[in-house]
Amino acid sequence: MPRITITVDGVRYEEDVEPRLLLVHLLRERLGKTGTPIGCDTSNCGACTVMLDGRSVKSCSVLAVQADGCDVVTIEGLGADGSMHPMQRAFHEEHALQCGYCTPGMVMAAIDLLRDDPDPSEETIRHGLEGNLCRCTGYCNIVRAVKRGAQEMGREVRTP
Amino acid sequence: MTELDAGLVGEQIAESGQIAEPDGRGEIGRARRRKEDARLLTGHTRWTDNLQQPGMVHVMFLRSPMAHARITRVDVSAARELPGVLAAYSGQDFADEQGSLPCAWPVSEDIVIPDHPPMAVSEVRYVGEAVACVVASDRYRAADALEAIEVDYEPLPAVMDMHDALIPGSPKVHESGNKAFSATITSGDVEAAFRDAPVVIDRTYIQQRLIPSAMEPRAVLASTDGDSFTLWSSTQIPHVLRVMLAVTTGIPEHRLRVIAPDVGGGFGSKLQVTAEEVLCLLLTRRLGRPVKWSESRTEGNLTVHHGRDQIQHIRLAAEADGRIRGLRVELLADMGAYLMLVTPGVPMLGSSMFNAIYKMDAYEFACTGVFTTKMPTDAYRGAGRPEATYAIERVMDELAAELGIDPLEARRRNWIRHDEFPYTTISGLTYDSGNYEAATERAMALFGYDKLRAEQVDRRDRGDPVQLGIGVSTYTEMCGLAPSRMLGMANYGAGGWEHGSVRMLPTGKVEVVTGTSPHGQGHVTSWSQIAADALGVPFDDITVLHGDTAVAHKGMDTYGSRSLVIGGVAVLQACEKVKDKARKLAAHLLECSPDDLEFEAGAFKVRGTGASRTIQELAFAAFTAHDLPEGVEARLDADATYDPENYSFPHGTHLCAVEVDTETGMIRIRSYVAVDDVGKVVNPLIVEGQVHGGIAQGVAQALFEEAVYDADGNLLTATMADYLLPSAADLPAFTTDRTETPSTGNPLGVKGVGEAGTIASTPAVVNAVVDALRPRGVHDVQMPCTPERVWRAVQGARGGARS
Repeated sequence: MPRITITVDGVRYEEDVEPRLLLVHLLRERLGKTGTPIGCDTSNCGACTVMLDGRSVKSCSVLAVQADGCDVVTIEGLGADGSMHPMQRAFHEEHALQCGYCTPGMVMAAIDLLRDDPDPSEETIRHGLEGNLCRCTGYCNIVRAVKRGAQEMGREVRTP
Repeated sequence: MTELDAGLVGEQIAESGQIAEPDGRGEIGRARRRKEDARLLTGHTRWTDNLQQPGMVHVMFLRSPMAHARITRVDVSAARELPGVLAAYSGQDFADEQGSLPCAWPVSEDIVIPDHPPMAVSEVRYVGEAVACVVASDRYRAADALEAIEVDYEPLPAVMDMHDALIPGSPKVHESGNKAFSATITSGDVEAAFRDAPVVIDRTYIQQRLIPSAMEPRAVLASTDGDSFTLWSSTQIPHVLRVMLAVTTGIPEHRLRVIAPDVGGGFGSKLQVTAEEVLCLLLTRRLGRPVKWSESRTEGNLTVHHGRDQIQHIRLAAEADGRIRGLRVELLADMGAYLMLVTPGVPMLGSSMFNAIYKMDAYEFACTGVFTTKMPTDAYRGAGRPEATYAIERVMDELAAELGIDPLEARRRNWIRHDEFPYTTISGLTYDSGNYEAATERAMALFGYDKLRAEQVDRRDRGDPVQLGIGVSTYTEMCGLAPSRMLGMANYGAGGWEHGSVRMLPTGKVEVVTGTSPHGQGHVTSWSQIAADALGVPFDDITVLHGDTAVAHKGMDTYGSRSLVIGGVAVLQACEKVKDKARKLAAHLLECSPDDLEFEAGAFKVRGTGASRTIQELAFAAFTAHDLPEGVEARLDADATYDPENYSFPHGTHLCAVEVDTETGMIRIRSYVAVDDVGKVVNPLIVEGQVHGGIAQGVAQALFEEAVYDADGNLLTATMADYLLPSAADLPAFTTDRTETPSTGNPLGVKGVGEAGTIASTPAVVNAVVDALRPRGVHDVQMPCTPERVWRAVQGARGGARS
């Protein structure tokens, strides 16, 4: 069984894994990182989105062995010093979550899309989140939250 | 009126249709950010699939690839030999103990409720029905072992079409035949209404089958200590489930605890007693190990109950000026292969809603429930009411087109005026309050109705290949399911009350316990707001407990836009009882008569003196119990069970503008305005969110979603890649606003909001699509209005044929 080394939310793990083990199952069932949920089996819903070496991936579509040597950040590791990431706060302020199941993936995808466009238009946000499905909010407040999160993140960069 | 009523409601009761500004003091009406969010946003979640128990094992189910077949052999022996496998069973192995999944709503005298074994024993009747299972140390081992199970089937004919199914001599789903039930409701002289009517509109609409698609797939975890059982399930109905599972499995109710931990959406799909819940309980009883099942999405599309699926024949008779004389509705409702918890009740919930907000002299509703070899249907957001609203709102547009008048004018000539409430409709419901004029006026102003109509004329005159369509939906719905007395009359197997209790803790903090079972609706926040106002206790000093039958011991759970209207009122009434007890204690401690006390900002004050005790101080006094008056027990806690007298009737006007490319069939929603009247609002932020999400699901029925079976009964939309749920890129921003006509049926003046958007939006969108194409001879586009269907409708009309 292959042995991999992986860092998840700042903690380094060495794990023996079956080659077929999905990253999301490694996270949830071996490492106890249940903050990342699973919503589908065809990589359509995006609920399981995490950061892999700084870019968002759907962790149901990555084998654990592919993440060997990588740095993974999940929704649980996003905040710093016990406080929420600005995008998490923006989702709270704009009521951008209801049941909350899509939320971890949605927040990760939102942060990733800001890497390409730190000040996105509504249309850019909507297309940037196309791979993440939400059944509760109708997306209106998610779009508002991403705009707000972008502004907050821009402000934090300017005034560290 | 008590002080509480005066404080909560008196000052804020608005003129009909006008929203009262919050006075800045109360919690009710404030856009509080949710208490639920922090946990959900940081991954500290308790989805059922997150839960672990010592010694836990995993079950997976082998599912039928045939829509209809006799099971001639199941061999699980090879699976049992594989590593990590604890057990493998066929349906035969459960035959003596699994019972039949319940149907709680025998809607008619002639109803046939077939036996519904959780695991098929001798015959399968839809693709996805469980035929065997494997229990293994982990899900990978279980999946491997499923492949080692051998099943032989003898194919039987699939029954896919409702009309065909009812032809005598056609293949049968069940021995008893394909008719599940029939029901007819008549009011007024329908023959007379249609005789010599100057205008008769006769249309048939298809309500396509939908897959509810809550984002969290189902999951179940069952465990036992050999004596008692605990079941965690991703369910909307822990309380109803406990009763039903006790009856189904024979596990005594007092030794069964059901917990709905975090639940990721439901929309009716988790209002069910499922095969997997029963089988996990039986497995944990048999194996003595905690057993978990987690559904894959594909499994879910096949086996979570579906929604809608009706053929609606609707006829409307009117005077030459458009006033409605009568309405006739004939429904065929696809039950699927079995009757599940409320399957037959869903079309019947629409039976008194086709007449909607309109006055008429006669009404007839007839419904036939039909068995087919498909996944059973059951409640999906709105359950019967979206179907009814779609048909009547489509037909009102047809009436307007026939008469050459504006669709809103056709409605104005028929709707109940605001000064006519309370109004008893032709179908026998009494609407307590409403103001359709105010909501419509507000919606038209936000929409820029006249300007868009002018643009529409311009595009038509220019022969623009991209035509503009304007769709109208002036809906109402019956919410707050439901008065127990009325449920009894409808032959439903339970009541519709709700329970709430308030525990005053020694330090003055408050636990509110509710029988509702939220899964995204924000009850923890809203119930805190209600209790904060009622008790005068800070919002942050209140917590809300729910979803565990050992904690919230009584409840009827969450569905049918009932939670606030019934459960919220129960919380309010429990708070009133707490205050009554606290008043006696305060009077004793302050050495005055209870009548000399006034309650303000959480404290009882002696009139004319400065002496006072806060309710939080009184909680401590009750706890120490050092100095209690005669006949007062050592606690302020109280509970209440509230049963409403009537349904509530939210309403609103939704307007949709679409651009339809007549050359490609592409549809773009140009603008969408929703003005809803849900009565008084506890938290406007949560209400707006519910409306947004509801509209999205209704738009999705209009434009995107359809569960498609082939002629052999295979579900072609079994994955999320095939079943088109809209993404952010597929939907526009919605403009929402409210008018506020308080319900007169409850002390909060609330009406419910969970289903409003879904009920209203589907006809608004399709009316807009048809409106765009009407000059081209198009009178209908079947849902979902895909580019292909729109293009074919245009081409068909061009060829001279009616689409």
